[in-house]
Order: sequence, then C-alpha cells, then structure tokens
Amino acid sequence: MTFINYASREINCKIVYYGPGLCGKTTNLQYIFDSTAPQARGKLISLATETDRTLFFDFMPLELGTVRGFKTRFHLYTVPGQVFYDASRKLILKGVDGVVFVADSQEERMDANIESLYNLEENLQSQGYDLMKIPYVLQLNKRDLGNIVPAEDLAAELQKKGEPVIEAVASTGQGVFDTLKAVAKQVLTELRKG
Amino acid sequence: MAEPILLREQQYHQIKAVLARLRMDASAKVVFLVDKDGQEIASQGEVGNLDTTSLASLAAGNVAATGGMAALIGEKEFPTLSHEGEKESIHISVVGRLLLVVVFDERSSLGLVKLRSKQVSHQLAKMFEEITSADYDDLDSPFAGITDEDIDSLFS
Repeated sequence: MTFINYASREINCKIVYYGPGLCGKTTNLQYIFDSTAPQARGKLISLATETDRTLFFDFMPLELGTVRGFKTRFHLYTVPGQVFYDASRKLILKGVDGVVFVADSQEERMDANIESLYNLEENLQSQGYDLMKIPYVLQLNKRDLGNIVPAEDLAAELQKKGEPVIEAVASTGQGVFDTLKAVAKQVLTELRKG
Repeated sequence: MAEPILLREQQYHQIKAVLARLRMDASAKVVFLVDKDGQEIASQGEVGNLDTTSLASLAAGNVAATGGMAALIGEKEFPTLSHEGEKESIHISVVGRLLLVVVFDERSSLGLVKLRSKQVSHQLAKMFEEITSADYDDLDSPFAGITDEDIDSLFS
C-alpha cells in the first residue's frame, strides 16, 4: 500500500516480483542492486536457503528521485517461487502496489509459468486484489538461452490484459530496468488517478 | 490498488512524540512504528547506522509469518513477539494494522518494554484510526498535476 508522508516528504510504494522457481526474480533484484548508486538504494536482504533458493523473500528499497518535492521510493520484493512456499507468497502480496511476473522462456518451463500465473491470480484475490486492475508487467526472461519459446507464443499464452511485455536477460541486465520502469510508471499513474 | 496512507506533518510529529516518550519510559535504544505491510511510519532513538527500512520490512515479514502459523493452529494472531539476543533484543507488538517495534539492550528488560508498549498501544491505535479515516481533500496530492514527462524523468 502506498504511504505518503507529508512531514518527511516521501512516497513509498511496494512492487512484487512473482514467477515460477528459478525464473530469475532474485537475479532481477540483484542486477538492480549492483547497478544502482549506493546512495539511491538500501541493502539487498535475501532470506534464502543454504543453496541460495529464496526461502521467504528478497527485499530492496530503491529511491528513484523526486516528484514535486516528494522523494519517490520503491520497495522491491520477490516471492519464493517453489510451489510449496505458497503460504509465504500470499503474505508478501499484502499491500502490493504493482506486480512483475517473471516468466521463464525455456520450453520445459511453460507449464510452470502457467501454474505460477494462475497461483498469482488466486493469491491476489485472497488479498482482495484483482490482477486485471493492478499495475502489472510481464517479463519474458532468459531470452539468451537456446531452447526458448518464441516471444509471441509466450505472450499469447501468458499475457492477461494488454500489459507491457518485456524481453529480458536478467543475468546481463537486458530488460531489467525497462521492466521496473514499466511497472513503476503504472503505479505512479494509478496514484495520479487518485 | 488500495487507498494510500497519507500522513500529515502534525500527525507525524504527534506519533514521534509518543514514540519518544515510550523510548524514555522503556529505557529503549530505538522505537519505531511500522505498517503491517512493512512500511516504516516513524522512528525515534539511537538510529545511527541502523537500517530501519530493512528492519521494518523484516519485522513485518516476521509478524506475517508467525500470524500465518497462528492461523494454522486456530489462533487469530500472536499479539507480541520477542527476540532476545546476547546484548540486543527486539520486542514487537501488533497494534491493529501497525507494529510497534522496540529495540533495547541490558539497560532495560523485556518486562518493562512489554509493560510500556502496552500502555501506549491504545493511544497509537486511536491516532492511526484518525489518520486513516480523516478527510484529506485539503492536501495537495503530489501526483495531482504530474505529467508523463515527470514520471519519465525519474528514470533518466
């Protein structure tokens, strides 16, 4: 939920990166962290298992700049992608302002993408949100791999409502900031509507 | 999208004053108020190099996780959580949709922190109720006249 503090002149919004296990949600955050000036971001907190799989969430605050004298700060979260962490995913969606769905472009992950997207819709609903109304971006990740589904076919299968579709290679940063920009822009546009 | 929380300057200072008193009464190092979604609302005390943004997010995650466990065993929620370390400890109390987080060391005790936190909980809950139910028509939204160019400029 957006929080506007008129005393400290700050606006805080919450963005959640969602998607199946190993699709690159944490890699998106890691790239943003690595390529942002330290004064513009906080620590990257990763609650991960010993094998670096996300256990609860990753979190990173990012300051984008000033709008009309208000510092605009986005709190970026990822969810754990593995199917059995569903209870945690629901909790992290609480108070969300915008969602990025990170799809894994590999052919063998198509079913996992569909299942995760269905899970996102269900979990948003359980928190009182509607995917069709919330700021939302679809990222097609891992476009550098060999066994990938053509972008048009992936979009045809996964696109829900004409949301921006961004091809990405999160490990090299391709499309990472475009994705963030697309979702942040929608969040700010929603706030403008009041 | 849910309605944003708007905090006026005066309300912010009122909350800070309550937190300052609690900090003194509880002999705590830092006291802060966090929304259940993990947004820090105000803090008071020896913040120094403490990363309060991350602490706020983790406190909310902590309460959310234990709240999930509570639901599984048929409880509504666990209203307080305490983590005691060798030197530093944290006490979290759930106050409606807020979390009151107190960081303290050997200069205080868990009993004192619990007592003092409970004493201000009602006041904070009432203040926040007023914040969320008040009319904000007089406040200029920072977004009212924002243009696409303004938004784009954040990313340039």
